[in-house]
Amino acid sequence: MLKWQDICGVADLQPNSGVCALVSGQQIAIFYLPKTDTVYAIDNYDPFGKANVLSRGLIGDIGGQPVVASPLYKQHFNLQTGACLEDETVQILAYAIRIANGRVEMGLMEQQA
Amino acid sequence: MSNKQTVVVIGNGMVGQNFLAGLVNSTAKDAFNIVTFCEEPRAAYDRVHLSSFFSGTTAAELSLVEDGFFEQHGITIHLGDKAATIDRATKTVTSAKGVQVQYDKLILATGSYPFVPPVPGHERPSCLVYRTIEDLEAMVATAKNGKVGVVVGGGLLGLEAAKALVDLGLETHVVEFAPRLMAVQLDEAGGAMLRLKIEALGVTVHTGKNTSLITDGTSCVNKMCFADGEELETDMVLFSAGIRPRDDIARSCGLEVGARGGIVIDNQCKTSDPDIYAIGECALWNGMIFGLVAPGYAMARTVVAELAGSVSSFTGADMSTKLKLMGVDVASIGDAHAKTAGAMVYTYQNGASEVYKRLVVSSDKKMLLGAVLVGDASGYGTLLQYYINSIELPENPDALILPSRSDESVGLGPDALPMSAQICSCYDVSKGAICQAIEGGCTTLGALKAETKAATGCGGCAALLKSVMNSELSKQGFEVNTDICEHFAYTRQDLYNLIRVGEIKTFDALIEQHGKGLGCEICKPAVGSILASQWNDYILSDEHLGLQDTNDTFLANMQKDGTYSVVPRITGGEISPDMLIAIGQVGKKYQLYTKITGGQRVDLFGARVDQLPHIWKELIDAGFESGHAYGKSLRTVKSCVGSTWCRYGVDDSVSLAIELENRYKGLRSPHKIKFAVSGCTRECAEAQSKDVGIIATETGWNLYVCGNGGMKPRHADLFATSLDKETLIKYIDRFLSFYVRTADRLQRTSVWMENMEGGLDYLKSVVIEDKLGLCEQLEMQMLHVIDTYQCEWKTTIADAEKLKRFRHFINSDQPDDRVVFVEERGQLRPADEEERKHFELVEIA
Repeated sequence: MLKWQDICGVADLQPNSGVCALVSGQQIAIFYLPKTDTVYAIDNYDPFGKANVLSRGLIGDIGGQPVVASPLYKQHFNLQTGACLEDETVQILAYAIRIANGRVEMGLMEQQA
Repeated sequence: MSNKQTVVVIGNGMVGQNFLAGLVNSTAKDAFNIVTFCEEPRAAYDRVHLSSFFSGTTAAELSLVEDGFFEQHGITIHLGDKAATIDRATKTVTSAKGVQVQYDKLILATGSYPFVPPVPGHERPSCLVYRTIEDLEAMVATAKNGKVGVVVGGGLLGLEAAKALVDLGLETHVVEFAPRLMAVQLDEAGGAMLRLKIEALGVTVHTGKNTSLITDGTSCVNKMCFADGEELETDMVLFSAGIRPRDDIARSCGLEVGARGGIVIDNQCKTSDPDIYAIGECALWNGMIFGLVAPGYAMARTVVAELAGSVSSFTGADMSTKLKLMGVDVASIGDAHAKTAGAMVYTYQNGASEVYKRLVVSSDKKMLLGAVLVGDASGYGTLLQYYINSIELPENPDALILPSRSDESVGLGPDALPMSAQICSCYDVSKGAICQAIEGGCTTLGALKAETKAATGCGGCAALLKSVMNSELSKQGFEVNTDICEHFAYTRQDLYNLIRVGEIKTFDALIEQHGKGLGCEICKPAVGSILASQWNDYILSDEHLGLQDTNDTFLANMQKDGTYSVVPRITGGEISPDMLIAIGQVGKKYQLYTKITGGQRVDLFGARVDQLPHIWKELIDAGFESGHAYGKSLRTVKSCVGSTWCRYGVDDSVSLAIELENRYKGLRSPHKIKFAVSGCTRECAEAQSKDVGIIATETGWNLYVCGNGGMKPRHADLFATSLDKETLIKYIDRFLSFYVRTADRLQRTSVWMENMEGGLDYLKSVVIEDKLGLCEQLEMQMLHVIDTYQCEWKTTIADAEKLKRFRHFINSDQPDDRVVFVEERGQLRPADEEERKHFELVEIA
């Protein structure tokens, strides 16, 4: 069962870019596209560069998939699934996230929250 | 040992080396032990571009031998040891130092020596020749104590030598026995036009002069007396009156030589002894000596093929030439003198622009027999193809030399060339070979050059190569995709023009009007950079922030662990002790790893995002500003200490460096830009490895452009000389603006220029002569950037909204727990994976 946890206000996000939130001890990269009012959440940890930097990558789309490019070595990660476009054996986690009443909320499994 | 045969090559000049390189790349490479003798103290170097020695090219740069070539291929080279005798009975070569080598096959590549006319006094001091690097060094030494220099000989090599004397700062004369310059290649009118142009460059030309005596001078070391009674005082006499084949070693072992010298060879380059070959300028084929490098290479290829067991013949060579003599284009093709029976001649002469062109055609006007071009040799490639491939001329052949008054092109399209057509004569690359390489996947000019070597010799065929490539690519259905990415079907240059002309101020507006999708990490920073170059808004404003790479978003350089480095601007590398202390205090307080950069400033590493604003607040309070080390923009203007302190300094390099750095700081560009200013020709600031390099001379500033260190080093090209500061800055303004407008993304100035059609000459015509009528616009554009400069850090720390981003978490003040350091040599550095497990970690609060 998903429980929606309040993270921050929409005004705390960076339009067309990312920020990092600390959620239950985990570093989460949150990206915000104001044009479509969409938010995405994935791990902030870059498994290639072994550093917590993905929230600082450039976002865009490749072949229709929304992606972030790692600021260290430029691998792309799908913002909806966490899949790496360059190496199918590498997968990071993507999280449920939404905007509700001007607040940003992440959906966590009951026991995690 | 093995049953290998031994090949001995006498002479390691251009042709000898070309033979060695050909042999070790052939199927015969494992069949032979290779030994070569080289009389000179250094292995083969580029004699064709010898005069560049005087404009700064070093002996090492002229070398034609790749590092480790001889070792890698197991070739024994006896440097500085001349082969003295050949014993054909025992098949033994003995050197001057007594080395004896037995050969199975012997290759003579002994070259030629400069002909010195037997004028009384020719052996006097300061009477020199122009052939080897040692000769050049003697010229430099002689020029130091002299004012006047005379070249004897107004041929191709003589005019090259005259250029060298001008570069050495001597009052230069050319004395020619024939009634005109370049008598072999040019007709009378062509020679006259060349003379006009060369005299305009300050060289005095004396034709129809026969030197009868060289004796003591009064105002100079020497005095030359001519048969007509005239005299000329000079400090240096440089003989460049032709070459003679070096055939003495062949002569003394009884090989057949020509009546006027030269080792006689057949179509396989075999001498009268079937185990001995001769190639290059020492060889006499069909009564002819070939004094150009391309026929020598053709002979070398023939012998390599022979040794590899295939059939090949040398059947003469085309002696057509195109060159730039002291900045004047000169070309000659085939029967320039119209000696063929029934030949007809067309000439075009334009006294105002000093252009002369002459076509020699067959009596039926169908075939090109020869041509002369002076002042404008742009038609050379097309004419040479007509000539070499016997392509039928258009109905009105004169159209080939008349200036085109309309858009109608009279050039020979690449499709008209047969597959056998030779595109590159230096490396004998045919159109067929180029097409094959394109089919094999070489779809860029660079790849094609690397694969086929075409256009990597004299470079004269580069334009033709490009047109062949484009035509073939489109024929093979290759869409040459120059789109910047999937979101924009445009090149960076197109995008620049769309933004400039359409006055587009944001990425959103651009992608809405001209692109699709959301953008990506390719197009976003490129557009961000263009917007900044053109409008120069604050790059972290809401509409631009999402376009910037992480370095630009945080105005610092991300390191491997996600921390940043900080580089304050230190203009020209000049810094007071107090400022240095201020940097030191900041470094100490935040425990930053500190290192001096190659650009004469200080880099502070290991700053977390949340520390950046605090660090910069303190740096700005101490008087520093952003160094833009994070941006694709002007980095540093390196300088030597200059005339203020240095005993040798000619001008104040530091003041100029500071002025230039302050002028161009903050300019966003396709890639980073580096400058340097040296206060004299000792060049301590290494300006010739920079995008823009400036060197002080007694007569003003010399400007170099498009140099590069890094992965693919490139020496900068001399762009303009003896400039005053105002002109210098004007040229740099225009140069940079033009680069910013037309380069591809992430293209340094070096690659930008190498890919530019027309290269350096074209760039000069745009920046100096204003060929495109753009200069005013380019200067205005630069002025706008200069007038709207801001220190991005100053703007950022004054804006509380912007500072919100400088924390690791939006919902916590904790720092990133993965950022851990260990100590090394008294400073901190990131811990590696092992250290994270085993060592005590230093955490910074």
